[in-house]
Amino acid sequence: MLPVGYYIALSSFMFAVGAVGVIVRRNPIIMLMCIELMLNAGNLALIAFSRWNASMDGHVFVFVVITAAAAEAAVGLGIIVAVFRQKSGDIDMDSLSEMKG
Amino acid sequence: MTAELAVFITMGAAAAVTASAVVLSKNTVHAVIYLVMNLFSIAVLYLALSAQMVAFLQIIIYAGAIMVLFLFTVMMLNMTGAVEAAEDRLLKQKPLAAALGLMLIAEVVMGTVGLFSKPSGSMAIEDGFGSAGEVGSRLFFGYMLPFEVTSILLLAAIVGSVVLARKKDEE
Amino acid sequence: MPISELVIFIIVKAALAVVIFALWMTMVPVMIWVERKVIADIQARLGPNRVGPFGIIQPIADAVKLIFKEDILPKSADKIVYALAPAMLMVPAVLAISVIPIGGTVTIGSRSFALQILGAYKSPGLTVPELDAGILLVIAFSSLGVYGVALSGWASGSKYSLLGGMRSSAQMLSYELPLGVSLLGPIVLAGSLKLTNITNAQKDMGIWFVLPQLTAFVVFFISGLSETNRAPFDLPEAEQELIGGYHTEYSGFRFAMFFMAEYLSMVTISALAVTFFLGGWRMPFIDIVWLGPVWFAAKVMAMLYIFVWVRGTLPRVRYDQLMRIGWKAMLPIAAINVIFTAAIVTWMPNAGAAYLSAAGVGFAVLTFAFVSMVLKRNIGRSVDERLKRVLGRGQEAFR
Repeated sequence: MLPVGYYIALSSFMFAVGAVGVIVRRNPIIMLMCIELMLNAGNLALIAFSRWNASMDGHVFVFVVITAAAAEAAVGLGIIVAVFRQKSGDIDMDSLSEMKG
Repeated sequence: MTAELAVFITMGAAAAVTASAVVLSKNTVHAVIYLVMNLFSIAVLYLALSAQMVAFLQIIIYAGAIMVLFLFTVMMLNMTGAVEAAEDRLLKQKPLAAALGLMLIAEVVMGTVGLFSKPSGSMAIEDGFGSAGEVGSRLFFGYMLPFEVTSILLLAAIVGSVVLARKKDEE
Repeated sequence: MPISELVIFIIVKAALAVVIFALWMTMVPVMIWVERKVIADIQARLGPNRVGPFGIIQPIADAVKLIFKEDILPKSADKIVYALAPAMLMVPAVLAISVIPIGGTVTIGSRSFALQILGAYKSPGLTVPELDAGILLVIAFSSLGVYGVALSGWASGSKYSLLGGMRSSAQMLSYELPLGVSLLGPIVLAGSLKLTNITNAQKDMGIWFVLPQLTAFVVFFISGLSETNRAPFDLPEAEQELIGGYHTEYSGFRFAMFFMAEYLSMVTISALAVTFFLGGWRMPFIDIVWLGPVWFAAKVMAMLYIFVWVRGTLPRVRYDQLMRIGWKAMLPIAAINVIFTAAIVTWMPNAGAAYLSAAGVGFAVLTFAFVSMVLKRNIGRSVDERLKRVLGRGQEAFR
């Protein structure tokens, strides 16, 4: 196996890129996708460490994380669709700063 | 140059490039395609790490179902990504964002790359590591409660998204 | 591990890949001809008979025409995605071939390998086991095929294509679940995910899995029909409906790629059905290795004939009926079949082939009768009526 640091470096790069994406972008779909990027980075780190320690617990963890990401994506997209019905045109997340719809 | 190093360099580069492309892309559909490519590269890296079951699960669930959901939403709502050209609130917001973002990425990577780069030996794995049977037995013997709670979470997500996206009649 | 072993390994695998891929690709023109002739026969007419004897050269004539057609690019199309989308449909269809075993293990001297691209390979210096989760690879690549359809619909830049693309991809997604879950039945019976083990288990048990798992076979077949957009589920590509759906704006070779991808997936689904339910390459009494692929090909041709037969016989299903069947009938039936199979395997592990077949056929008849009775009862009733029958309150109570 390669030194685990290689995989962790890649995972941290992806995580940081995802974090920057969530902060910088305004389009809600792209923000959700950057959140998925961050979750993926975490999964990669989990699998790398699981291989390094020869333990299958990391795989089970990743299984649950993928499932939770699916649930979160579904609900998040539902929210976006519901918000989109209220406003016409593209949604600017920066302007959606109040709870009142 | 072992096979694993070659796979890591190609797929790692693909993952890094496509991840940056997701953040930098102007067109939303292109961003979805880049993320799918990223998920696929990560799945190949999982295969290099002997995680067969998780790799295929990633392709089936993540790249094959969740991202299709994203694609449907983008296509149905016809999001063009033109919202990025809206007015900035702070002065010189965009260059500041770029500079600070790059600093964050550099800090995070430098913080982790020094930790584990000593090639200390990984523990030996047995033959069936990462196969479906192993994941299944570990999941059902020992992590049964999280499994059931996850299924309830999925049920909650299904009900929630149906309620959210339902058309309400006008009064 | 000496380098010469690695070289021989690569040569053997490359040769296998070329041969199996060539076999699959030659099935495409054969299927074009067979389909048109058989449908013509069902419809009491002649079919292609101008080009060559019995119209055999017809597929080649079609291919030549399509290659020489003008390559259109609509003005409002997204150029890169428009060019990539047929490839995103075709590549997964081709890659799914890599786990299907067409024959048994060939032993040459001290080396033995299975007739499967990602199959087992044993030699003095190098042992590569078979891909453990072969069936997952096929399901994964059929999930990736949805992108080709959705993106080609979107990238064409026209409303009909977008609608057709979304409908077709929703259809493919809905039937992926029954496809996968129905395959769990034979997997539970055989006790392994590897395709060669499933085929060998059918020989060891003495019976094809189609009888103990008749429900799974029917669900798999119907889901396979829908996955490949074949009739009676070909609403997105019917000319009377959406003009052509997601491939309206494509012409020339790209159009040919869509149809090649469809025929390739059809052959792959047939090959999977043969592997899981019809005994694969194993022959009844003899065990000659080199006859395995021939027997396998014969069974695949029989399944393909059934595909074409269904196309010529059944009328097209409406889109909402299609979705209803997929979610309300196919998925529950497949899931109950898995539970039933698991129960039998747990409580009666020594059940003989006859007992299993009787249980399987009986279960199939009961399940399909019950589900069709339930679904038929509600035809023609609105959602309001159905809610009132079950709950006593109509739709108003839930607003």
